[in-house]
Amino acid sequence: MFSHVLLKVSSDRLWSFSSTASVAARSYSHGKQETDEEFDARWVTYFNKPDIDAWELRKGMNTLIGYDLVPEPKILEAALRACRRLNDLASAIRILEAVKDKSGPHKEIYPYVLQELRPTLSELGIPTPEELGIDKA
Amino acid sequence: MAGAKVIPNGRRLYCNCPFCVEIVRNFMDSSSTLIWRMLATRVFRLVGNRALSTSICLRGGHGVAKVEDYTLPAYFDRRESPLPDIKFVQQLSPDQKSLKEKEKGSWAALSKEEKIALYRISFKESFAEMDKGTGEWKSVVAGIFFFIGFTGLVVLWQRNYVYGDVPHTFDPEYKQKEVQRMLDMRINPVEGFSAKWDYENNAWKK
Repeated sequence: MFSHVLLKVSSDRLWSFSSTASVAARSYSHGKQETDEEFDARWVTYFNKPDIDAWELRKGMNTLIGYDLVPEPKILEAALRACRRLNDLASAIRILEAVKDKSGPHKEIYPYVLQELRPTLSELGIPTPEELGIDKA
Repeated sequence: MAGAKVIPNGRRLYCNCPFCVEIVRNFMDSSSTLIWRMLATRVFRLVGNRALSTSICLRGGHGVAKVEDYTLPAYFDRRESPLPDIKFVQQLSPDQKSLKEKEKGSWAALSKEEKIALYRISFKESFAEMDKGTGEWKSVVAGIFFFIGFTGLVVLWQRNYVYGDVPHTFDPEYKQKEVQRMLDMRINPVEGFSAKWDYENNAWKK
C-alpha cells in the first residue's frame, strides 16, 4: 500500500495537488523560480527562530496552510518545536490536524508525515489527534 | 479651568482630555502652520468647539474612546486558518491556570485528559467537528417535498372550486360529431388522421 507513496516521496519533494513533480509555491511567467529546497529552507528558518513569538507562529502556520501544498515534515518539525518554545501544546495538535486536512483525498500523506515526525512527537510528548480521540466528530 | 488651550483663531477648546489637547498641540506645532490654521478654523467653524470636543472624547472624560467588540480580534474555526487570533477561552478558571503552568514543563508528563483540556482551552471545535455536515440538506429536501405536495392540494382544490365547467364542445357526443366531420373533410388523408380510417368498412383501420 505504501509502495506508491515511497515512489512519490523518494525524491523528498513537496506534494502539490496537480503533480508529483517539483512545483513552487508561486508561479511566475518570468523570473527565477524558487526551488522546493529553497522554499523548505526558508520556512524551516522561519520557524527555527529561537525567540519566535506566538503571533509569528500563527501567521506562519496560517500562511503555510494557505499554500497549495502539504508542508514537508521538516517544516512541520520546526513548527512543532516552535510550539514547544512557546509552551503551546494545543497549537501543536492543531498543526497536525491541519496537515491531515490539507492532504484532502490523498490519504497516504498524513500517515507518512506522522511516520517522519514520530521521533519529534515522542521527544516533545505531542499526542496525535487520533490518540486524543478528537479526530472524530 | 475650562478653555485652557487657545486655538489660533482665538477660540477656546473646552475639553482638556489628552486627545483634544494633543490635537490642539499638533495644530499649533505643525510646520505648515498656515494650512493647519486654515483647516483648524474651517473645522471649528463648521463643527463648533463643543461638538468637536465631544466627538473626539466620549462621555466618561477619560480621553479614550470606547472599544467596540467587533473591532477586537475574534475567534473562529476555519480550515484555511488553523490558528485563530485568540484563544477560545479567555477567562481561565484556577484549574485551567494551573494546567497552563504545567504546560510549561514536559508535555509527556501531561495526562491524555489534560492534553485534551489544553486543546479545548485554545480551540472550540476540532477539525473533525468543524467539518462535519449539519444534515441540513434533509430539512431542505423535506421542505421541498412538503411544499410541492401542498401545491398539489391547492391545484386540486382549485380545479374543484375555482374553475367552472368545460365548454360543451368537450361532450362525448359533440366530440363524435367532430371526428365524423374531420373524416368527411378527409383531414390528412395520406399519412395522418383520415389515412387511418377505413372508409369501406366504416371503422378504424386495424
